[in-house]
Order: sequence, then structure tokens, then C-alpha cells
Amino acid sequence: MTYIAKPRLHHPSLVKNKAGYTRRDYEGAVSTLCAGCGHDSISAAIIQASYELDVLPHQIAKLSGIGCSSKAPTYFLGASHGFNTVHGRMPSVMTGANLANKNLVYMGVSGDGDSASIGLGQFAHIMRRGINMTYIVMNNGVYGLTKGQFSATADKGSISKKGVANSDEPIDLVSLAILMGATFVGRSFSGDKHQLVPLIKAAMAHKGAAFLDVISPCVAFNNHPGSTKSYDYVREHNEALNRIDFIESREEITASYDPGTLTTVRQHDGSLLRLRKLGEDYDPSDKVAAMKRVQEGMQEGEVVTGLLYVDPSPKDLHHHLNTVDAALNTLGDAELCPGPEALDRINASLR
Amino acid sequence: MPQAIAAVNDFVVKFANVNGSGSASANELFARSILRMGVPVSPRNIFPSNIQGLPTWYEVRVTEKGHLGRRGGVDMMVAMNPQTWAEDVKEIEPGGYLFYDSTKPMPSSMFREDINVIGVPLTAITNATYSDARQRQLFKNIIYVGALSVLLGIDDNEIKRLFGEQFKGKEKLLDSNVKALNLGRDWVKQHIDLASVKLKVRRADNVGDRIFVEGNNAAALGAVYGGATVCAWYPITPSSSLAEAFQAHCKRLRHDTETGKAKYAIVQAEDELASIGIVIGAAWNGSRSFTSTSGPGISLMTEFIGLASFAEVPAVIVNVQRGGPSTGMPTRTQQSDLLSCAYASNGDTKHVLLFPEDPGECFDFTADALDLADRLQTPVFVMTDLDIGMNHRLSKPFHWDEQRVIDRGKVMTAAELEAGETFGRYLDVDGDGIPFRTYPGTHPTKGAYFTRGTTKDEYARYSEEGAVYVRNMERLQKKFVTAAKIAPQPVRYSSPKPTRYGVIYFGSTSPSMAESLEQLEAGGNHVNALRVRAFPFAQSVEDFIHEHDRVFVVEQNRDAQLRTMLLSEFVLDGRKLVPVLHYDGTPITARFITADIAKKLGQLKVVSFEKAAS
Repeated sequence: MTYIAKPRLHHPSLVKNKAGYTRRDYEGAVSTLCAGCGHDSISAAIIQASYELDVLPHQIAKLSGIGCSSKAPTYFLGASHGFNTVHGRMPSVMTGANLANKNLVYMGVSGDGDSASIGLGQFAHIMRRGINMTYIVMNNGVYGLTKGQFSATADKGSISKKGVANSDEPIDLVSLAILMGATFVGRSFSGDKHQLVPLIKAAMAHKGAAFLDVISPCVAFNNHPGSTKSYDYVREHNEALNRIDFIESREEITASYDPGTLTTVRQHDGSLLRLRKLGEDYDPSDKVAAMKRVQEGMQEGEVVTGLLYVDPSPKDLHHHLNTVDAALNTLGDAELCPGPEALDRINASLR
Repeated sequence: MPQAIAAVNDFVVKFANVNGSGSASANELFARSILRMGVPVSPRNIFPSNIQGLPTWYEVRVTEKGHLGRRGGVDMMVAMNPQTWAEDVKEIEPGGYLFYDSTKPMPSSMFREDINVIGVPLTAITNATYSDARQRQLFKNIIYVGALSVLLGIDDNEIKRLFGEQFKGKEKLLDSNVKALNLGRDWVKQHIDLASVKLKVRRADNVGDRIFVEGNNAAALGAVYGGATVCAWYPITPSSSLAEAFQAHCKRLRHDTETGKAKYAIVQAEDELASIGIVIGAAWNGSRSFTSTSGPGISLMTEFIGLASFAEVPAVIVNVQRGGPSTGMPTRTQQSDLLSCAYASNGDTKHVLLFPEDPGECFDFTADALDLADRLQTPVFVMTDLDIGMNHRLSKPFHWDEQRVIDRGKVMTAAELEAGETFGRYLDVDGDGIPFRTYPGTHPTKGAYFTRGTTKDEYARYSEEGAVYVRNMERLQKKFVTAAKIAPQPVRYSSPKPTRYGVIYFGSTSPSMAESLEQLEAGGNHVNALRVRAFPFAQSVEDFIHEHDRVFVVEQNRDAQLRTMLLSEFVLDGRKLVPVLHYDGTPITARFITADIAKKLGQLKVVSFEKAAS
């Protein structure tokens, strides 16, 4: 635990975004994670993405489970309400929070132990229900906070710091999320902010279940030779399918690209995702092809990254439940309580 | 002929059926027709954890005096299930009646010498009229209701009126049901000497304006009135019908009249862990929310309940208790989750429990629980059970005060934050142990905080300092003391004569206890009674115990759980609290309570006499 308070003085020249906030306004407390932890880079990417998206900081709700990754929300978006829930059960709490107020931006942060081991059930079901959210797994394949046990995303054959080879098959959260019905699925690497920040922005603008698997090396327990989640391994095996430019609906499109190298996806809110193809022909709107490509990558030992699948017109749980436009937590007595006269009629029907 | 039990408006009829045969609605029709004659009835389903083919019973207590607890014993058995014939025949009181389908001749060894046998060839009558198999099955049930109505003197116009209400706009169904009813009635009129049946229903005026409703339905309506907007649940007997009733009520009462959109959200979750997680997430975000479950569901929710308690998030959990432990007796009743709910979670935790006695209080307490959970910022349990939840019970009409408004407790608004109010999420500003909270998204720069299950200081900052932890735990204890003051208070019934003996009871034991108090009084055993309606206990509960030499604690569990809680919360001599325990899965009866208390009183009196003599 660090007791050093972060200075709150802002440099006057800090640039404000369209919402009137500087990048500092999206920061949180000083991180107490290990120096060089991938999670801190992801936190920085979340801060950058939120700032660039011009979201009002207090209009974001950040939720997490338990573990190093789940501590991370303390270190970003300090002006947002946060909820550090119980191990593996953040998805249900986020579901409830989302039902109560459909108008906030929901950011779920979890780890591979939290989502793939103890919380696999809730992970699957929140994707199925189509909660409008951004769900980020900071994936390091290891239990950091309890000092180095394998998690369920550790690759088969991966060697632990103590020299033990993992014999269990890994759970691939990307494949699972696509299979379970998530409508925006991407993978990235904590060490590649140019890929990660636009992916987070696009995920936050997506009006459905958006999932990002971010490989985030654990410098303390999983960054050694033989690990498949180390900085070196991921850099060597990173197979980026695309780079996206996230363009908000109100922005003018200026950059031009050679024809044939670009795929444009218009999301339901009007935002544009411009995908620059990297080497191969890849269509992220084809669910079956996405599954195939991710599985092929796993066979080859590649870490396939980029925007892997997107449904540009997703339907979320509020749509399915046909809830009123106002947030449920704003409804008052008149809207909720049917009153004594209705009760008299009910009494009469029960005699 | 053997002796025949003679009784007017005071007897028990039990129907033995096969589940899935359509008997339930016919049996309910029977019970309702008596109710319409102004005679209170108290029916109970005794059903298996099964959908089709297993034995099921429906017991109707006809009780002009309005004793709504289970009586025990059977005066007339309607034996429609060959599988359970032997045990059904055995259960009839000497001098009682056996009503059966006499289509096939039965050897006399199948009957008893000391009961009165009424044979009606139901299958023969049915088959002579109907050819379709499903019709035969369904109308056979209506035919026996017709036969019984003549035997017991039930006004057939009341049954026809009930048909009329049930089949409004479906005249064909109405006619065919009336026809089946008359088939049974006519046969009995022609073939049976009605004077031989001495159980009779006579029109009375003892029902009044009471309603006839199941506790689960009532609790669901209470959730609507109490302003719940989010319900998350996982199917489990005997609570499933509660969430389904909430859905049904919301469909009628909670859709926007113009847009047709829903002012509620119901999620059937993947398990109870998710149910309570959704409830906590919604409540954290300012929506009233609840879940309904039963004992095994509570076991699964326990970790989350600890979080809600320690992070101080409201949650309402309706626990429709069944027989435990483990899967236990899923379709039988008990009050055996008190300890698992009151002290759910690791560490030092205590939770608020409410104990409704009937559907009326299921309605009141579920609405109250939503207020209490918001005011106290903590989980609140409504501890009902299968006996109340899944049986129709006569109950005072639902009442809602026009002036009543949703009490959301201490929620700091954007305006208050803007005006510079000090906000400490876990800061006790006025001594009741309850801090202010803010909903997410309230203010751009003020009032945000981090909710967590770890220890924190008054301003929600993580801390593992001993002094900070102790301060927080003591504040939570203070909040618990506040809870005892604002939760429903105990109800006292005083004996007409001064007495050294008292009885404490709660929940579904109530109607049987009320009847038992009359019996005890009639037998010269004077006792004062206190119905506990909430945990933490009010001070008046301790006072009541101190006022008496001995206090019987009547419960429907083996381990005397309420007694354990009384001993744990108050400084008492354990010998003072005498357990009276019934836990075989059937609802407790006045007969049982009276016999047990009378026996124990006798023992106590003998002892005190010896003491006096020595």
C-alpha cells in the first residue's frame, strides 16, 4: 500500500477535451502494482481512451472482481464510482448496476483468474445477456496476488517461475466471448498502446457486450523464459490482424488510405471503425471466420490481436426487456407504486 | 354402522390425488365454495418434488372459528389415489369418513371397521358420459366435487358462481363444468342417505372482507408497492412462484400506458450467486431490488451477503424456507434458516430478518424490507416459508397508506454536494450508525467513492489499520441497534390472568399458536405470548423474558434456532427458555403445541412443588 498522495495541482497548460476535462481528470490514485506491470499500461490506456472520447468522468461506473487486475480501477477514473466486488462475480454486479441506470458507461475490469477460473460462469452469462459494457480482462496467465500459481488461461506447456509445466488446456476467453454472444470482441497487448487505446474507445462506444482480452505480462511471476505471457513471448508472437482508427460520429473524416487496405464499420451510434488491414484479408463481421482464425492462431502459438469480431448493430439487455427510456433508478413513487385504489381492486379479485 | 363424527363447520377433509391429474383446481374450487358460504377454510397442499405421477394431497380445514393453522387428523378422506390407499385409510379419525371411487368392487379387508365408507362410482359415471381421455380425467375431479357438495351441504350456486368467474367469456367450458358437477350431485342424491354423513357446512358470516391469497403472491405484490424495479432470481421450490407473481403483477401494473415500456427489469439468473450479485449491483446504483430464494440459495449467496453488509449496500432477500439441510425436503415447510440468514457470511456479521405471519404480512414486510434496506443500507431478509408462501390463506385485505412515500434513506444529492455538505461514505454524522451514500453519476467532481469488501475508513479509503477497523465494526454494531428500533416490533398477547409463564413464537406458527393459546387457557394453563416479528430483537423481547419464570420458545426446526439467537443476543439463563420444537416438515399444529406445553408445564409445576415442600 502506498501512502503517497498524488498531487492534484493541474498544470494550466494541460489540454482540455470537448467535455472540459484534462487527461489528469481521468486519472486515479497512484498505482501500488509492481513496477513494469502490464496492468498499469492498460490503466493508462483506459484513461487515454476516456479522455479522448470526451466522456464525463462521473458518468462512468467501473467495476471489478478480486485480484491484481481488480485492484486496478483504483488507479484510473478517480472521479467515477467504483465497485470492487467479490472474486469472479463482478459480471452479476455490473448486470444489476446496468439495469438500474442504463445511461452510465460501464467499465468492467477483471483478470484471468477472476474471469476464466472462479468466474467463468458469470463471464459466459454476461456475454449472453448482452450487457452494454466494456469488459476488459487483464490477462497474465497467473495468480499474481497469491504469488505465481497458474490461472486457467495459462497455455498448456507454459512453464511457471518455479519451473513446473502447465498440463491443463487453456481457456481462450476471446473464443468463449464470441461463442457466448458478445458483440464486440478484441484482443490486444498491454505493451501496444497504439492498438489498445482505439480498441478501448471503440468498445466503449459499442452499445452492447464488448470484450477485450488484453495480454498483460506479470513482471513478478510470469515474465521468464518458458512463459507464453511474457513481454518477450508476446512481442515475438503477436499476430495483429488489423489496426483500428476510432472515429466519433461527429468527427470529420480526413485521412485517406489506399483502396483495398481499409475496412470501415459503422457502429449503431454513428461512430466509425476504420480497420487498416495488416497483411491478410480479415473480415471482423464474420463470426464463424473469427472463431476459425483465433483457433488457428492458437494452434500455431500465435497471439492473434486486433478487432476480431464486431456486430455493428447489437441489441442489449434493456432492449430485450423493453425498459423505459428513463433510468430505472430515477423513477419515483408515482411511476412505481400503483396506489391504494389499484390495491382495492386487487383485494376484490382475491375474495 | 360405526360411530360417525358429527361436526358443523369444523372438520378436516383431505384429498389424496396423483399429481398432474388436474385435481388441484377442483380441490381449490371445493375450498373456495365453502369460503363463499362465509365459512373460513384453511387449505394446504402437500405435494412431492415431482411433476407427474406421484402422490399429492390437499387438506382443507373447515373452521367457522377461523383457526387457520393445520389441525392434524382427517375427518373425511377423499381417496383418489390407489398408490396411497392404505396410508390414507389409516389416517382417518375413528368415526370418520372414507369417500372413494366404487366403480371396481373392493374387498372388505381394504376398509376399516371404525370408519364410514361412501362409495361413488366416479369412473363409471365419467366413462358413461365422456369418451375423450383428458376430459375423463378432468371432469372426474369436478364430479367428485359435485358429489361432496351434496354430502356436505355446500350450496351448488356458489360453485356455479365460481365457475362463472373462472370461465368468464368461455361459455362452453362453463356449461360443461356445470354438467359434470351435476352428474356428481345427481348420483349422490339418488343413491346415498344424506343423513348418514354428519359433517356439514352451514352458511355463516365469518369470512368478512378477508382475502384468500398465497404468501408468495402477496410478497411479490409488496415488492411492486415497495418500489422494487429490479428482480433477479433463480428457480427453486418453494420460492419460484414469487418471482413469477412479481412478473405477472408488473405486467399489469408497471408498464408505461403510452409507450408500453417496462418500469422494471426481471432477470432469471444463471444461479443464486448471480441473482444476489444483480440485486446488489442494482441497489448500489440506486434501484430497489430483491431476490426470492430458499435455503440452498441462501447458502450460495452467503459470500455476497457479507459483501453487501460490509460495503453497506441495500438488498432484499425473500427466503421462502423449506426443510433443510442440503436439498432436504424441498416441498415441505420449516423455519430452519434463521441462523444461516441472521449470521450469513464469514467474519462478524449480523443481518436484519423479518418474520411475516401470513400473506398480509408478506405484503407489508416485503414493502417495508425495501424501505429498511435503503434506510439501513444493508441486506434485509423476509423470512417466510412454504406453509405461508405456497398455500392460499385467509388474510386481512392488503392496505396501502395513500400518504406513504418511498423512503430511500440517507442519499446525498448533487445539490447537497454542490452546497458543500461533507461527504464521508462511512461517516456517522448523527449517531445512528448509518452514513450517507451517493449514487454513481451524481456529481462531476464530488461524492464519488470506491465500494469494496475490504476495510476502509470513514471516507471509503482502503485501510487495514486496527483502529480504523474497530471504529467501523463498532459503527456497524450501532447501526444494528438502530435496526432493532425501526424494524417491526413484537406483538404481545396477554393472558387474562397473571402468570409466570410466557411463550415466544414467530412466522407461520402464528395461527396454530393463537389456537393453542385458547386451548391452553381453556385447560387452565395461563400463558402470555409474544410474537417476534424481527431480528435484531427489540428491547421488549428481553423485557418479556425477564418478566416470566419460564418462556417456551416455539419453532419449526430441530435446533431451537430462535432460542439460540435469544441466548446469543441477550444475557439470559438458558434454563429459562424451554424449546418447543416441531420439524417433521408438516406445518406445526395447535394440538402439538398445546400438548407439549401442557406436558412441560406439568413437569415444571411438579418440580416447583417439590422445591416448595423441601
